[in-house]
Amino acid sequence: MAKVRVLVAKPGLDGHDRGAKVVARALRDAGFEVIYTGLRQTPEQIAEAALQEDVNVVAMSILSGAHPHLFPKVVNLLREKGMDDVLIIGGGVIPETDIPALKEAGIAEVFTPGTPTGDIVDFIKANVK
Amino acid sequence: MDIVEELLKGNRLALSRAITAIENEYDEAMDIMKKLYPHTGHAFVLGITGPPGAGKSTLTDKLARAYRAQGKTVGIIAIDPTSPFTGGAILGDRIRMNGLTMDEGVFIRSMGTRGSLGGLSHKTADAVKAMDAFGKDIIFVETVGVGQSEVDIVKAADTTMVVLIPGMGDDIQAIKAGILEIGDVFTINKADHDGADKLVREMNMMLDLDGLMTDWRPPIQKVIASQNEGITETIENIEKHFKYISENGILAKRRTERSKNEMLDVLHSNIGSYITNKLVETGKMDEYVEQIKARETDPYTVVSNVMKDMLK
Repeated sequence: MAKVRVLVAKPGLDGHDRGAKVVARALRDAGFEVIYTGLRQTPEQIAEAALQEDVNVVAMSILSGAHPHLFPKVVNLLREKGMDDVLIIGGGVIPETDIPALKEAGIAEVFTPGTPTGDIVDFIKANVK
Repeated sequence: MDIVEELLKGNRLALSRAITAIENEYDEAMDIMKKLYPHTGHAFVLGITGPPGAGKSTLTDKLARAYRAQGKTVGIIAIDPTSPFTGGAILGDRIRMNGLTMDEGVFIRSMGTRGSLGGLSHKTADAVKAMDAFGKDIIFVETVGVGQSEVDIVKAADTTMVVLIPGMGDDIQAIKAGILEIGDVFTINKADHDGADKLVREMNMMLDLDGLMTDWRPPIQKVIASQNEGITETIENIEKHFKYISENGILAKRRTERSKNEMLDVLHSNIGSYITNKLVETGKMDEYVEQIKARETDPYTVVSNVMKDMLK
């Protein structure tokens, strides 16, 4: 009866959420419960929403280039709150060269433009705790 | 982490984990509920229901802020539909309430309907109790967008608010049975749209016909939730209703009825699953199904026999 719950969030200031919505819909169709919080969320808001919703996965999308700052901040805030077992993934316009540092910071995987949504679903299914 | 102990101390992660245990029907959920139950019964439970797109979430956001301004703590349970085909759901009510996320006096939890038909399940009622035990003064239960007959919310709420919007039908809709019968307080949202006054007239006509049955006439308030108009008046209506039901013994009666429903819900689900598990374990399930399929016996005889055997 346990259902995978995923918070889909847009940290930062860019106003493009088409990608996040497409991913949210694909996750819904995979049988997940998707909590969609919309645009312009602070890392603090994302971490607090993840706590209140007790999600298994936090999926963030950024197109503005602020990912090196915002993604690791969310990871740290979640850990501070005791949410150690949350799978954190990211997506958006992210240069290949930035990915190793993000993974180092605790982002489990980064999905760049062109990724089939099925890959994201499969990754969550394989890695969710 | 001892979920119950931490929850009672005010640990928000513990509250969150307790609700997950309830929703997923983990084995420990029953034990958690047993221990939390003595700490419940203090919160005021406000049900908010209405058709999809009526503005229930936006209204909940504004009402919650108004109650916070009074210094009261708030819990919100926001329900959205689960797909009957995939079991997935998009829970999007938080979008309207993002401004409340960082307020420590507010706790918002989104829930999927997960197959319950009346728009609410006993799990919702248990999640309300967890928030009640946590110490929330007011708990909002925002139902899934409803049609005409999802009236379960009245069983869980002290006061039920029905949110309507102009332009959804003629006056015949207003005299039909269903959700219009359950409103203790009515809110006409998006009152700047055409037809708001007409809807108020039609609702009043409906309430005139109800007039003889009870001495509480549900107030109708025009609201523009997105602009914070009519919120103070709506809160006054809710408080008037709560005062009315408290002073006339109706609240006590509703809570008695709720206690009975709680017991029956637990009884039905536990006995049902106890017997089902026994039948599966002993292999009798398949045997009976085959016999019924072959018309050697029938479901009624099987169940009477099973009950005679197991419930001595």
